[in-house]
Amino acid sequence: MIYLNLLWEFIQIGLFTIGGGYAALPLIKNRIVDINGYISLAEFMDIIAIAESTPGPIAINAATFVGVKTAGILGGLISTIGFVLPSLTIVLILSLLYGKYKELSVIKTTLKTIRPVTLGLIAVAAATIIKLAFLGGQIASIDNIDYVAIGLFAVSLIALRAFKLNPIWIMLGCGGAGLLLYWII
Amino acid sequence: MEKNANLYFKLFLSTLQLSAFTFGGGYVIVSLMQKKFVEKYKWINKDEMLDIVAISQSSPGAIAINASIMVGYRIAGFWGALCTLLGAILPPLVIISAITFFYTAFSQNLYVGYFLKGMQAGIAAVIVDVIYKMAAGFVKKKDILSMALMAAAFCLSYFLEINVILIIAGAIALGTAYHFCAKAVKAKKQKRQAERTDSNGAQDLPIDKKNETDISRLSDKENKR
Repeated sequence: MIYLNLLWEFIQIGLFTIGGGYAALPLIKNRIVDINGYISLAEFMDIIAIAESTPGPIAINAATFVGVKTAGILGGLISTIGFVLPSLTIVLILSLLYGKYKELSVIKTTLKTIRPVTLGLIAVAAATIIKLAFLGGQIASIDNIDYVAIGLFAVSLIALRAFKLNPIWIMLGCGGAGLLLYWII
Repeated sequence: MEKNANLYFKLFLSTLQLSAFTFGGGYVIVSLMQKKFVEKYKWINKDEMLDIVAISQSSPGAIAINASIMVGYRIAGFWGALCTLLGAILPPLVIISAITFFYTAFSQNLYVGYFLKGMQAGIAAVIVDVIYKMAAGFVKKKDILSMALMAAAFCLSYFLEINVILIIAGAIALGTAYHFCAKAVKAKKQKRQAERTDSNGAQDLPIDKKNETDISRLSDKENKR
């Protein structure tokens, strides 16, 4: 039965996706494209493009896309449930342990070391997005600099810091402004 | 009970909103969670949020999903976790299902591209703002160790492209080792101090005796009176 098979495939993919959604992509290619042949390689490439340009976690987007392509809306639902099941189980257990042992001195010192490291990793994500926004995914040179993006970035940062505007309005506003400015240019 | 239902609904709606407007990866949603749950609702504190990110990062699955589950659990237990999970997966489920049917038109549409491009600049600003606020805590305290750790993690991941799991595992090992070293140093210091007070104790003894005799003499005098 295709639904059960999709569920089982995505439970495995969910379990071995370690280090964020992008880690799911090679697993999906291996299990879904190469072994089961549910979607073609060209469709898989499209998933990546779509998952990146639509809201939501990339792995969930990919799981839904594969499911819908293979077995309709219900397939999409089942694939997504399969993907989050291992996360739900493991993260709930870890939450329980975190609540219990957070105050232990070893854990406290260790957590104190991890916090700045995590912040450093978030900064990496920021640097990657800034590079993508300012250079449009091209090599760094003066010709490729996107002045509209730099302007939007600066205005957004001021709006966030000085006026404490809700980030969702910032993003929608930037989207609207982007549509207008890039269209004019 | 009504209050509980209200909280569950608020949790569901918050993650639904975050998930529906988050383009590009788990760290973006985490930055938005920090804005909403820490700064706006004050349901959890800044340190807890960073712990949640670290645990989400090193657990299987998508970071945004894991972080949603953990935040829900911290705030309202098991059912809270289910509410946030549902909120996080519903928007992509609906949007992708719709897009799958006409995806070529969507991905090649010029205007959609312009909108998304503008949004990227906004996302970059939001993340920079969150990092600034979170780092301000230890920068103000002049906590050089934390600043160095953050810089090191950035360089290892950005320039050397080392796997983030390895970086976090390294931080865990470093933290644990630091704890036990600090403990050993402290124990040594205490032992030395204990030895010193022991030798001091020997010298102190006569003084104590003298005091005692003084007191007894005093009390003797009082008795005579």
